[in-house]
Amino acid sequence: MPPIIKVENLSKSFIISHEGKERYTSLRDVVAQQAKQLLSFGKSKNVATTQEEFWALKDVSFEIQKGDRVGIIGRNGAGKSTLLKVLSRITDPSNGRIEINGRVASLLEVGTGFHPELSGRENIFLNGAILGMSRAEIKSKFDEIVAFAEVEQFLDTPVKRYSSGMYVRLAFAVAAHLEPEILIVDEVLAVGDAQFQKKCLGKMQDVSKNEGRTVLFVSHNMGVISQLCNKGILLTNGEVRKISTTDDVINQYLSDGKAESSFHHEASKINSSIYFNTVSIKDTEGNRRNNFSVNEDFLIEVILRVRDWNRNLLIGLTVQSRNGDYLTTVINPYENFLQDGDLLKCFFLIKGNVLTPNPYFFRLAAFSDNEHFDIQEMICPISITDTGTSMAKYEGINYGYFNLNYEILKK
Amino acid sequence: MSVKIIIEKGRSEKNYWRDLWLFRELFYILSWRDIKVRYKQTVLGAAWSIVRPLLTTLIFTVIFNRVAKLPAPAGVPYALLVLSGMLPWQFFSSAVSEASNSLIGNTNLISKVYFPRLIIPVSSIMTSLVDFAITFLILLAMMVYYQFIPDIKIFLLPIFIVLSFLASLGIGLFITALNVKFRDFRYIIPFVVQIGMYISPIGWSSSRVPEKWKLLYSLNPIVGVIDGFRWCIIGKEELYLPGLLMSVAVTAAFLYLGIWYFRKTEKSFADNI
Repeated sequence: MPPIIKVENLSKSFIISHEGKERYTSLRDVVAQQAKQLLSFGKSKNVATTQEEFWALKDVSFEIQKGDRVGIIGRNGAGKSTLLKVLSRITDPSNGRIEINGRVASLLEVGTGFHPELSGRENIFLNGAILGMSRAEIKSKFDEIVAFAEVEQFLDTPVKRYSSGMYVRLAFAVAAHLEPEILIVDEVLAVGDAQFQKKCLGKMQDVSKNEGRTVLFVSHNMGVISQLCNKGILLTNGEVRKISTTDDVINQYLSDGKAESSFHHEASKINSSIYFNTVSIKDTEGNRRNNFSVNEDFLIEVILRVRDWNRNLLIGLTVQSRNGDYLTTVINPYENFLQDGDLLKCFFLIKGNVLTPNPYFFRLAAFSDNEHFDIQEMICPISITDTGTSMAKYEGINYGYFNLNYEILKK
Repeated sequence: MSVKIIIEKGRSEKNYWRDLWLFRELFYILSWRDIKVRYKQTVLGAAWSIVRPLLTTLIFTVIFNRVAKLPAPAGVPYALLVLSGMLPWQFFSSAVSEASNSLIGNTNLISKVYFPRLIIPVSSIMTSLVDFAITFLILLAMMVYYQFIPDIKIFLLPIFIVLSFLASLGIGLFITALNVKFRDFRYIIPFVVQIGMYISPIGWSSSRVPEKWKLLYSLNPIVGVIDGFRWCIIGKEELYLPGLLMSVAVTAAFLYLGIWYFRKTEKSFADNI
């Protein structure tokens, strides 16, 4: 079967100007430039110096099969949104070719085209039409949409009087009832409360898994991506870094992002009187490493520069999951650590057999009861690997982050 | 139904016009939105559509008839002469201004959803068409008041309505596309509309223009339309045919230019807006 989406050598460039001027050109500038060029005949190259070509996408090629749920990940500015915009025909590519076999609906923003003066009911029709639904289609799903959004009583109130939660719910409810062959979704779930997010995810899962629709999904939330998608595309600086299963791609993303499992701040760049200078992960021998087996102990070495000791400085260390969840935190006063000139050296020895085989990150915070000096999140990734525990056969299944300290009683 | 879409640089879609047809519901709903939202949170509401043309007609009648002592053709109330010129002018000027600002007024749509962009300016003209219909009712009421019986030619009026629609569409498309990149037009348009009000034969009949300037005067596409309206509604003066043809030609040229430039720049709207 031919792929439902085929992208070949796709590139997109923007001209960025370095004068920091407004986004739109004014007629005067163009006229002035043309005049300048006319006057200076051959040597008119000075215009180009203020502008630069920026490639948001470079030579991107991939294929997507019908029914795939593809997560597109990458850092900010990696080209994810540009890719979605080109795929949804909002902007023209600079090079390359895309073939799409099916009806596309894209949801790059929640509530596109909502008009604040119109009522909820009217906005459902307006937004539906904007997303490409026919009037008949909206009518037949109207009750479902309203029920999903939980806004029954406010249907005839202008949406400008809605709370932001209601607004988002209504907007997403319309989008969730789209039934295209291909659904393109940008990071829109980031808004809305957790419970509603879950509901939306469920709905999207329903749509894609049970009805065989193709979904392209951009998110920074790896948890959502791994839940929803079966394939992933990792973009780095506008290029495809990896296409594979979701887990592979996420792991690649994580290890790319923090290849060096240490953290370092240049002293000259900091104004704060107290800040983290270096954080590194070491094994008990003192060698830098970022991969440990389940039963191994390891060290977190934290060096703070403190220019002002007269504060009740506290140091917090949090273990984070790869989704950024805070798993556990310990807090210590600075007196517990080693003082060395204007440096504070903290060594945390993390015992083996506690953390389960998973990737982990750390958050470090230097604070007092009423002030934050420095907080670094999601730094120093490590991964814990199973080297033959009784749980090894469950590898790949999420059975949690900690081994519980427990006993079984037989009486 | 299987649709195949191919996206390539600068590829003008073969099925653009079919797409336009597929998106007709969006067109209806955007027009409906603009009309519905138009007078929200105003006290007088839609009454504004009546008050404005009435007041302007009154002022023009006083200035041109009472103060400047311009005569109307025998048996024709001057107010009727003014209103029959005001009717197409008001439609034309508001359609051009609405259409010119339509794209930048819908930035959020353009940067987030695909649809044939032509829908936006065309649907924005629809609001002006509603105002036109209201003003037309005023005209009818005024005819009743003056007990003026129009000529049978009034049934030819739709031709000129279409002509004024096309004239405003052509200019509006061209300017709104330019406006995406050059916001200068935001300031140029109100200015040009204001000048147009004086140089177009609204408060007076174009028969007052000297014969040798008449053809040149008809370069203003709205002149042919206004003359046509008066010819249909009042029917006292002969229609100056070369002038009408000139206005039609200018309209056609603008329409071609407008659609051509709009289609050419349409794909970069999202990047430039």
